[in-house]
Amino acid sequence: MYEKIFEKYSPKKDNLIYILHDIQDQHPQHYISEDAVSEVSEYLRIPFSHIYGVLTFYTMYSTKPRGKNVIRLCESPPCFLKGSENVLRKLKKTLDVKINQTTKDGLFTLELCACLGVCGNAPVMMINDDVYGNLNDEKIDKIINKIRGEK
Amino acid sequence: MKYFRTHILISVDESTIRAGVKNFIASLRNHLDKYSLTDEIGILETGSIGFFGKGLCFVVYPENIIYANVTNEDLNEIVTEHFLKGRPVKRLIVEKPERTQYDFNYKKRIVLENSGIINPEDIEEYIGVGGYEAWEKALLEMKSDDIIEVVKESGLRGRGGAGFPTGLKWSFTAPIKAKQKLVVINADEGEPGTFKDRLIMEGDPHKLIEGIAIACYAVGATKAYIYIRGEYKLCIERLRKAIAQANEYGIIGKDIFGSKFCLEIDIKVGAGAYVCGEETALIESMEGNRGTPRSKPPFPGVKGAWQLPTVVNNVETIANIPSIIKNGADWYSAIGPYKSTGTKVYTVLGDVKMPGLTEVEMGTTLRTIINEYGGGMKDGKKFKAALVGGAAGVFLSDELINVNMDYESLKNYSAVLGSGAILVMNDDADIVDMLWSVIRFFRHESCGKCSPCTNGNELLFKLINDIRNGKGKEEDLNKLIQVSEVMVDTCFCALGQSLLMPIKSAIDNFKDDFLKRMN
Ligand SMILES: Cc1cc2nc3c(=O)[nH]c(=O)nc-3n(C[C@H](O)[C@H](O)[C@H](O)COP(=O)(O)O)c2cc1C
Ligand code: SF4
Ligand code: FES
Repeated sequence: MYEKIFEKYSPKKDNLIYILHDIQDQHPQHYISEDAVSEVSEYLRIPFSHIYGVLTFYTMYSTKPRGKNVIRLCESPPCFLKGSENVLRKLKKTLDVKINQTTKDGLFTLELCACLGVCGNAPVMMINDDVYGNLNDEKIDKIINKIRGEK
Repeated sequence: MKYFRTHILISVDESTIRAGVKNFIASLRNHLDKYSLTDEIGILETGSIGFFGKGLCFVVYPENIIYANVTNEDLNEIVTEHFLKGRPVKRLIVEKPERTQYDFNYKKRIVLENSGIINPEDIEEYIGVGGYEAWEKALLEMKSDDIIEVVKESGLRGRGGAGFPTGLKWSFTAPIKAKQKLVVINADEGEPGTFKDRLIMEGDPHKLIEGIAIACYAVGATKAYIYIRGEYKLCIERLRKAIAQANEYGIIGKDIFGSKFCLEIDIKVGAGAYVCGEETALIESMEGNRGTPRSKPPFPGVKGAWQLPTVVNNVETIANIPSIIKNGADWYSAIGPYKSTGTKVYTVLGDVKMPGLTEVEMGTTLRTIINEYGGGMKDGKKFKAALVGGAAGVFLSDELINVNMDYESLKNYSAVLGSGAILVMNDDADIVDMLWSVIRFFRHESCGKCSPCTNGNELLFKLINDIRNGKGKEEDLNKLIQVSEVMVDTCFCALGQSLLMPIKSAIDNFKDDFLKRMN
């Protein structure tokens, strides 16, 4: 199932992080399944447990299925100063989820994260690969409605 | 090459791409075409021009006029009024903050000299402004030892946080005999409030490549890795392109300039973990492991990635190298005070008028940086505090911000330059809240390897939580300090040792904020 990805990387352990990124990016639910871990383990010839350990260490990876759009809201001090708590409240309300939960329609997962390096536009969140900054209530409504409309 | 009477430099970076800059440029080209201006006016896509929160922005040269918050609807007006009739559209121009020489400090820039001026995706433009001359000079005219000597004499110190002298670091690795040596560039940039390395890589990737090449030749490394945090997609893309172009031009690769020296540069990516900025954790991560720190010694310079001697340097550190080689050690060491030479790139954030980045001479006072380059306080509010150096930094009050920003002067305030992040807070900010946010950050980022850090963070978070919720007592302030002192003595790596500075400075300089929560 992952031949295309494996073709890109030689079977060396230091390619593990790349491979996991690609597998996760390719999955519509943005996660890495146990089956995937098994396949990677076979390809790289490193133990399942090692891969699982790596997978769970880094915050960008998930072992559980997530929504089509993964929201990562920055909660580090510069964004906190600029009101990330309000943004969080607004997102929870608009999406009707708690942190790390996925909406019933499977469209969004809400996560918190550390500084994304775009603090000039604080408060900031990423939705999949896109950065959204200078957030306030109206902006969030706009962004979320737009994505809802696209589905 | 065509000569244009006017150049439009448009910032294409993460934030403007979001704001639709690609579309905007296409539409701008159409307008120029419509008025037959394409031969007179050149468009350059550049890295960030240095400030944020203003939507689409661009600079018009030679007038040096900055337009911001521009939308497609404004285009017709700008093109017909400004470019056709020479009357700038006043309502869209960004006013320079009063009584400042706000010119982005271009004249004194070293690391960012080309950012926002050249097209970062075109190696020809970098070469056109003298790029890769230093590399050619280093490789063909200098011996490795000479290069290290120049870097030592320049006084350059690491910009990744610790401030270790770069030439000295190289001199440890250079004499080691090994089957291969490595140079690793630390582009993990996880310190909250820091994005200078991102803008260096987005705005002038070839400068980094040139610096890497010189570093590799100096220490005898034939392979270099740039470890970039996973979120920095645009950096990864631009550096990939830059590496491919450099290979194509024979600037890196095999038998460079006929010198027999070979160099391969590769990119590794992270996946979200602050601790991976620590050099040994970064090496673990590069090898495909969990990013937990290794014990030192042996230092990476002796035994690093795959047990090979590995020089780890920050992006900004290495971006200084080409200019040092080109202009000499004396030129560099004349900039800034003794023992803290050169310039420093800062990100000024928070409650200032112009959040963004700036590069200034070492030793510039914090007050100047905030007022002149950050544009001063926003909405006429009063300055209360600055958190300098990221989460692992110090809270400074108004009396303290006359400090000269350099390694030695900051020592007197028990502060460090750190990553160069300056988070400015006005009167509305509450230092208890801010410290809570800082401790929450470390609690989350502790890698879990050693118990003083995991338990210490838990304890600190409980204490600050209680204080924040009005359940704290004055003696808890001493406890906060004591716990973080014990962590300095016992934690395995510098992450766990980082909490003392923010905690102690917050309590020392803003005690009232804590006491207010106690009765
Ligand atoms: C927790 C922690 C995080 C760090 N993060 C970074 C980082 O993001 N970027 C960086 O260059 N150095 C970081 N460092 C410092 C590196 O360990 C190392 O000192 C630096 O990369 C050396 O480069 P320099 O000598 O050019 O500064 C961090 C250190 C610690 C303890
Ligand atoms: S001090 Fe913290 S981050 Fe460093 S090794 Fe220990 S647990 Fe990990
Ligand atoms: S603090 Fe939120 S992006 Fe940096």
